[in-house]
Amino acid sequence: MTPLSWPCPLPGGGTSEEYALAFDRGRTNRLLVVPALFDEANRLRRQSVEVMRRLDGAGVDCFLPDLPGCNESLQPLEVQSPEDWRDAVAFAAMHFGATHVLGIRGGCLLTPEKLPCRHYAPINGASILRQMIRARILAAREAGTVETQQDLMDQAMAEGIELTGYRLSAEFIDQFQSLAPREGPNVQEIGQDMVGGAGLWLRAEPDENRQQADALAAILAIGLAA
Amino acid sequence: MNSEIDLLLRKILTDVLGLREGQADDFTSDTGLFGHLPELDSMAVAGLLTEMEDRLDIIIEDDEIDGELLESYGSLLAFAEAKHNGS
Repeated sequence: MTPLSWPCPLPGGGTSEEYALAFDRGRTNRLLVVPALFDEANRLRRQSVEVMRRLDGAGVDCFLPDLPGCNESLQPLEVQSPEDWRDAVAFAAMHFGATHVLGIRGGCLLTPEKLPCRHYAPINGASILRQMIRARILAAREAGTVETQQDLMDQAMAEGIELTGYRLSAEFIDQFQSLAPREGPNVQEIGQDMVGGAGLWLRAEPDENRQQADALAAILAIGLAA
Repeated sequence: MNSEIDLLLRKILTDVLGLREGQADDFTSDTGLFGHLPELDSMAVAGLLTEMEDRLDIIIEDDEIDGELLESYGSLLAFAEAKHNGS
């Protein structure tokens, strides 16, 4: 596994160096992994890398790029939009010469149309937002403040909002809440029932699961070899 | 005897807290949840409630969620059963 950087295009022109984890031995099958988003990104990162290790062993090159504004990125999150992220993913796919793309949870909202994609346990934008808003309401209640879904959404659409530590613009919220994972002939969904056990995004703490990593890597490797 | 909701709720907590299988069988009405388990923060509770909605086929309004509801396993179970029977 090699940490490297890639030149991510900026919306106003120019590029920013973003980080990526890569298993690159110049092999035929090259999989771009689009990470889960926000809190789920933290909970699933280790498991995502475990799946990549197994795919490397099975002869598949893998790349896990940072989205601008996420993980190690130096870009501010509050100026990002889902469209910028899609552009970033499409560019990363080209940069790394990806032949296939794996979206994980919210990452499925960003997979490029031109490449064959696998969507692992996809989720739509509205569900992600709802959960983040609920977490904010709970945290506010602990602090003795009452907030409601409707008020927070109104605020989010007017001036942007900070949810569970993520500062998102009004434009982001507007685009994100209507995003659903793409469907089509080049998209295959991998449900959690195929992987077995409970999804690790449910966990209160980040964790990994060997059996689930084996299962997901096997499903991917077999599909790519076909 | 455990109700169906009881079993489902123990399974959900097993998945959220990453418990070993059977570990949630030891939960009693008095077992403390929110405020007793450091890993059960607001984001985890939000996930827990969403999962309860999906698996128990209920809708939880945000104003129904208060500290007491999540204080113990017993209070969460009573809420889930009342919700399920009312839906």
